[in-house]
Amino acid sequence: MTSTLIDLETRHVNKHYGDFTAVNNVSLKIEKGSFFSILGPSGCGKTTLLRMIAGFDEPDSGDILIQGDSMLGVPPNKRPANMVFQHLALFPMMSVAENVAYGLKQRKVQAAEITKRVNNALESVDLGDSGNKRISQLSGGQKQRIAIARCLVLEPKLLLLDEPLGALDLKLREHMKVELKQMQSRVGTTFIYITHDQSEALVMSNNIAVMNKGSFEQVGSPSDLYYHPETAFTAGFVGDANQWQASVSHIENGVCTAKVSDGLTLTGHINPNDALQTGDLVDVFVRPEAIKIIADHTSQNDQQSNQVDCIVIDLLFNGANSTALLKETISNKELHVALPQTGEYSGLQKGQTITIAWNPEQTHCFKVVS
Amino acid sequence: MIPSIAQPASLRWTYRIYILMFYIFLVAPLLVVATFAFNDSLFPSLPWNGFTLDWFVSDTSERLGVFSDSAMLESVGISAFVAFWVTALSLLVATSNAFLFERYDFRFKEFFYMLMLLPLVIPGVILGISILIASNSFVNAVDEAFNIEVEFLRPGLVLVILGQFAFITTIATMVISARLRKMDRSLEEAAYNLGATKSAVLRTITLPYLKPALVGAGIVAFLMSFENFNTTLMLTSSDSPLTITMFDRLREGSTPELNAVSLLLMIVSGILALLSVLVQIKEAS
Amino acid sequence: MKAQSRLFFYLLLTPFFLWLLLLVILPHIDMLGIALREQTAPRQYAFSFSNFSEFFKEPLYWRTFLRTAIMSIVATALTLLIAFPVSYYIAKMLRGRSKSLLFLLCLIPFWVSELVRTYGWMILLRETGVISNALQWLGLVSGPVELLYNDAAIMVGLVYTSMLFMVVPLVTVLESLSDDIIEASYDLGGNMWTTMKNIVIPHAMPGIVSGCIIVFMMTLGNYLTPNLLGGKDSLWFTEQIYTQFITRFNWELGSAFGILLLLLSSLIVWLGLKLTKQTLTSTMAS
Repeated sequence: MTSTLIDLETRHVNKHYGDFTAVNNVSLKIEKGSFFSILGPSGCGKTTLLRMIAGFDEPDSGDILIQGDSMLGVPPNKRPANMVFQHLALFPMMSVAENVAYGLKQRKVQAAEITKRVNNALESVDLGDSGNKRISQLSGGQKQRIAIARCLVLEPKLLLLDEPLGALDLKLREHMKVELKQMQSRVGTTFIYITHDQSEALVMSNNIAVMNKGSFEQVGSPSDLYYHPETAFTAGFVGDANQWQASVSHIENGVCTAKVSDGLTLTGHINPNDALQTGDLVDVFVRPEAIKIIADHTSQNDQQSNQVDCIVIDLLFNGANSTALLKETISNKELHVALPQTGEYSGLQKGQTITIAWNPEQTHCFKVVS
Repeated sequence: MIPSIAQPASLRWTYRIYILMFYIFLVAPLLVVATFAFNDSLFPSLPWNGFTLDWFVSDTSERLGVFSDSAMLESVGISAFVAFWVTALSLLVATSNAFLFERYDFRFKEFFYMLMLLPLVIPGVILGISILIASNSFVNAVDEAFNIEVEFLRPGLVLVILGQFAFITTIATMVISARLRKMDRSLEEAAYNLGATKSAVLRTITLPYLKPALVGAGIVAFLMSFENFNTTLMLTSSDSPLTITMFDRLREGSTPELNAVSLLLMIVSGILALLSVLVQIKEAS
Repeated sequence: MKAQSRLFFYLLLTPFFLWLLLLVILPHIDMLGIALREQTAPRQYAFSFSNFSEFFKEPLYWRTFLRTAIMSIVATALTLLIAFPVSYYIAKMLRGRSKSLLFLLCLIPFWVSELVRTYGWMILLRETGVISNALQWLGLVSGPVELLYNDAAIMVGLVYTSMLFMVVPLVTVLESLSDDIIEASYDLGGNMWTTMKNIVIPHAMPGIVSGCIIVFMMTLGNYLTPNLLGGKDSLWFTEQIYTQFITRFNWELGSAFGILLLLLSSLIVWLGLKLTKQTLTSTMAS
């Protein structure tokens, strides 16, 4: 198990539309059998990248290889990659079974064989008895499954998914996340999933590439991205974060102290990729759940800790995700702090002044590129 | 104003009576045409002399029913022939136009689209005379240059077909374009992605999707051609289509046979109209 | 890929151009050419405006022209006045099945040949016709009355024939007006008239313009209805064109008339569009 098969590789892929750079020098390798997500805001180039992998667009330069074979010049209907479209693109004029059979028919598979494989495919998505239904008779979740079954029946090397959960309501989306992840580990096909929803990417993926303005910011496991962001964009985009801009006053052992304004300095972990010098501007990130509320600000006096005084502006109850909205008293910055529902903070009142503290290890500083 | 806002009963009833009168106005002429087809009289007018089917089936020189009137039947055949060709030609060109305007971007596209709509703005009589003039110039030019008489471009059925085709194509293009515009392009991409060739995508996805519009446009084209008068009037010669024959008979003084023909026309139009409505309902679902 | 796509493009462009050029544009250029020439000797022609000056010199011609234009405007206005309440009723007062039914009923006359419709009006209006008999039976008139062959008869026929082309755009545009907006107007203190004036009619304007333009053009170019319902004195301009072409075989003058009718039609359409800031493409789309 030391050598792993690479299902998809892109080498320095570029795509421009006029002056606009949609995809900028993207290189990646995706292991066989993994669930790989490309996460980024709309317009970051993720759809263009996916369409190049599917063959609907050709890269201006660079190469795309599926299991080692270059796909340049290979039309979409000849690539071993199938796509689940954003709005699914199920054929409304055909029945469910005809939709699933479509690709096999195009390959001129024998009729009996088609029937068998279509039935298997429908069974595998628990829709064995829906073959004769019209597409319009299916629920949102069933449509999703048919769209996936329609691709998987062709046994592709890659399954490309273009934000297929976007159109579903919240509850169904939560359910489909789990279902998709389980389906992927059951069939073992490599899934490439693009989304702008970080929670979808974090829940389902083995690996995630964070994409911004046509380039990859960081590629890594969900927990890597969350706990060890390598760029300011990743830190801000993946998960929630409070953010300051500050000027570096002291650097020591990968930790820097930076001044936000008079009377407010923060200490944090420096991103190892940044060559930081005193006087540089940094973006400082800290997650809401990394912050502790100290009831009495004399009790804990850890030298390493960042500690500020705040006024409670509002309490935003949201079950397990409840937060407090605070205003930090020196820079007037608004902060979010997670409120664990252990009852510990139930006495918090609007207008109350409290002290909050967090560890420099959970504080990330990124050099501001001007 | 709307059902949720109460209005005085008097106003409501005035409104309803107005609507009723409107529908009487709408139906009255069709109703009398249909009724007098069965009047046992030589003239399509009162008094009512009793019910007869003579104007459909009779075969005497005084009372000639539709089904025995060979001149009338022949003109029905001519109209059907013209309508068939107009429908076929206009569907072909309209489908091509729809793809051109919905699937391609090119310079002056807006301008060309305006030109495409032009035949709707031109009165039928003028479209007719302009084609008459142009074909005449063409025939004369060929005659002078090569001493060949291009007989088929003299007034007659070919010119009638061309004249109707000229404006019916615009209507058909609008119907088919509207459907093509609504189509989700990712359906075609999905088929292509699932291994279909480009021609298979057209055959299995795009054309089936367009089918309701093609059927609808076909029915409209056929009826518009069958019932056209203005353009046809300017371009026809001895072989008159049905509307021209009926017009001539009307001016000579009509017998209830004309009512019988009209009734049959109404029934056929009604069936075709119903068919096109059904197609549209199916398209919507 | 790219070359193939260009090939398809030209494949689609060719029928479009052939159709438009050969059957619409060239014939009209040819017509203009003929309108602007004068026969100087047998088979000898010269450029001249004489056909147009002939039009202005002969009162019959320009009066017919003017009469056609005015009658068309009146017919358009009448059609709008009659169709608006009906369209509003269908679009806003009815729901579900009865709405579709009444709307379909409005479409019926369109599916029936104009000739048949006009014939129906002849049976109704003529001296021995249904209305004349009904009036006698009711004792309102003493003898048969001829209701055919006058301007009112022409007007009835024109309005009837045009009705559908007004109702369809009006119903479409009124259906797009949400009930909420009318309710909001009442809620904020409006009444029927202010709501009509400030909410419904401004909203319906695109449909009103579309309908009026189409009805006007169709009325102007109509031949059958004035000819059959108006009789000998109908004096419709398309009849003049027909006469010049077919009866008198004076193609030069007939072409000039054709050009004038086209100009008038384009002018009114253009004015309508300008006044309401719409384009032909958007008007035709509805």
